Amino acid sequence: MLTIAGRTFRSRLFVGTGKFSSSAVMREAIEASGCEMVTVALRRVDLADPADDIMRVLDRERFFFLPNTSGARNAEEAVRLARLARAAGGGHWLKLEVTPDPRTLLPDPVETLRATEILVKEGFVVLPYINADPILALKLQDAGAAAVMPLGAPIGTNQGVLTRFQVEIIVEQARVPVVVDAGIGAPSHAALAMEIGADAVLVNTAIAVAGDPVAMARAFAEAVAAGRRAREAGIGRPQTTAAASSPESGIEFLRTDEGGR
Amino acid sequence: MDERPAIDFAQLRRLVHGCVAADVERALAGAGQLGVRDLAALLSPAADAFLPQMAHRSATLTEQRFGRTIQIYAPLYIHNFCVNRCAYCGFSAANRIERRILSAGEVAAEAEVLRAWGIRHLLLVAGEAPARLDAERLAGMVRILRSRFASISVEVQPLSVADYRLLFAAGVAGVTIYQETYDPEVYARVHEAGAKQDYAGRLAVPARAAAAGMREVGIGALLGLADWRAEGVALGAHLAFLRKRFWRTAFTVSFPRLRPAAGGFAPLAPVSERDLAQLIFALRLFDPDVGLVLSTREEARFRDGMIGLGPTRYSAGSCTAPGGYGHTAGAEEQFAIGDQRSVEEVCRAILDRGFDPVRKDWDQTFQEFESAA
Repeated sequence: MLTIAGRTFRSRLFVGTGKFSSSAVMREAIEASGCEMVTVALRRVDLADPADDIMRVLDRERFFFLPNTSGARNAEEAVRLARLARAAGGGHWLKLEVTPDPRTLLPDPVETLRATEILVKEGFVVLPYINADPILALKLQDAGAAAVMPLGAPIGTNQGVLTRFQVEIIVEQARVPVVVDAGIGAPSHAALAMEIGADAVLVNTAIAVAGDPVAMARAFAEAVAAGRRAREAGIGRPQTTAAASSPESGIEFLRTDEGGR
Repeated sequence: MDERPAIDFAQLRRLVHGCVAADVERALAGAGQLGVRDLAALLSPAADAFLPQMAHRSATLTEQRFGRTIQIYAPLYIHNFCVNRCAYCGFSAANRIERRILSAGEVAAEAEVLRAWGIRHLLLVAGEAPARLDAERLAGMVRILRSRFASISVEVQPLSVADYRLLFAAGVAGVTIYQETYDPEVYARVHEAGAKQDYAGRLAVPARAAAAGMREVGIGALLGLADWRAEGVALGAHLAFLRKRFWRTAFTVSFPRLRPAAGGFAPLAPVSERDLAQLIFALRLFDPDVGLVLSTREEARFRDGMIGLGPTRYSAGSCTAPGGYGHTAGAEEQFAIGDQRSVEEVCRAILDRGFDPVRKDWDQTFQEFESAA
């Protein structure tokens, strides 16, 4: 089971709540995904309003709400959003997003680290969205982040895990869970992320804008489970046949007797 | 920093009318970011034959970036006084109309009506009359309204960077300012008197708003004044110019078509629905991330048909007369609206098309307000 900050999750698929054609479709897809954690943009919901279209349809007992700071362009804005969300009943867990460029929505490493340091001190469970930078991941871990969320590709691009090489390093070094977030466009991408050792994946666009979001949510659930199972089973490394078939290993000169003694 | 792009309208017009089918094919085949030449090809008469492909590409890009959503907003007119004489506008100083400015209390009452309809994104609009409504007074109104709305934008006279900063600190997130036309000759002809006669001065205003830290800056051209194809290329060039310099700012583009208004101005260069659609698709292909606005100037049938094809933001329930929501007194409207449905009806139509009408997609918490209240 996946444990983040002492809380356990059976499902390793997290789902975002944006971009759906209606709150009804969103709820159905989220239910079909089997996920237990959903992320909700603080800019999009009104935590104080019980009639809010997102808050109203999702059972917060069943789905753990991870509010995100989407839209924040520096640490101050993210911290302010986090504090107000907590005060309004949004809880003390936070998916930290600091994305100063509204075009690419790529995360700002400097401001993200700064905000993490502040929020951790204030008692927040911080899950920062980051570019797949292994050193940044280590620094965030040292600053007290409860998990790190490296991107596979820029948000909404469906490009898959383009950052595979760096994600593998992050996984190898991490003491906290690694959640691959953003860019995952197909179940095979999610399976790959799990196979290379991610602890979970977060998917939104690929489900929300699929031809059939509910069926796609189910497909992602299966892919994530399969990828995880494969990781646990131990995946054989691809071998380079050239090396395997080489007649000379280069160590033929080594004598097996005791030599010239 | 330079504030305005170099736009040679006559040259853009030659460029767009010189494009042939092969240029359009090249623009559609390109994998990367489109340039201004590609945009010209997509806006050319030769691109008309490719409209179905453009619509499809535009729909795909829009869905990918914005999902199956349309953001809802409404304008609130504060006053209809104006120092300018613009041939096309109902508020023109030349028109003998009923004029009125709302008090801060009346503005709050109008805003309450919109809030009750579910509006959370508010656009405050006024004619250009700084003596009636300056930045300080506008900021005072925003301070009263800000806790009640997710975002407040303004569409008023051009202001200085200092004034835009003042408004931003008061809680304004966005500024909308249209060039009206990028054709300097037509610009000079239709702007008969007033501060707005300064073409180059107006072209510099969006950059000032962005420089002041505004989250979102909206540009646009009033369609029906000059060659819409060249206007489209100029809009794209202006947008690309702003993007390069203000990478932290989100931009939107509007495509207001001239509507019947006091003064009885007839369009100089009519724009059909098909033309407008081509313009929207071309801008979407040129910039997959830009917000595209389709207001209640357009009628319901067209707006419903365009859902999902490119636009990301719809106004709803709009009235263009100050005091029009509460029907407190009769003042002249800026123009007659084309889609007279209620907010609820517009949202229902969007849902029926398989899209989510998003009423809240921002939060005042992003901004740190100055302490003055």
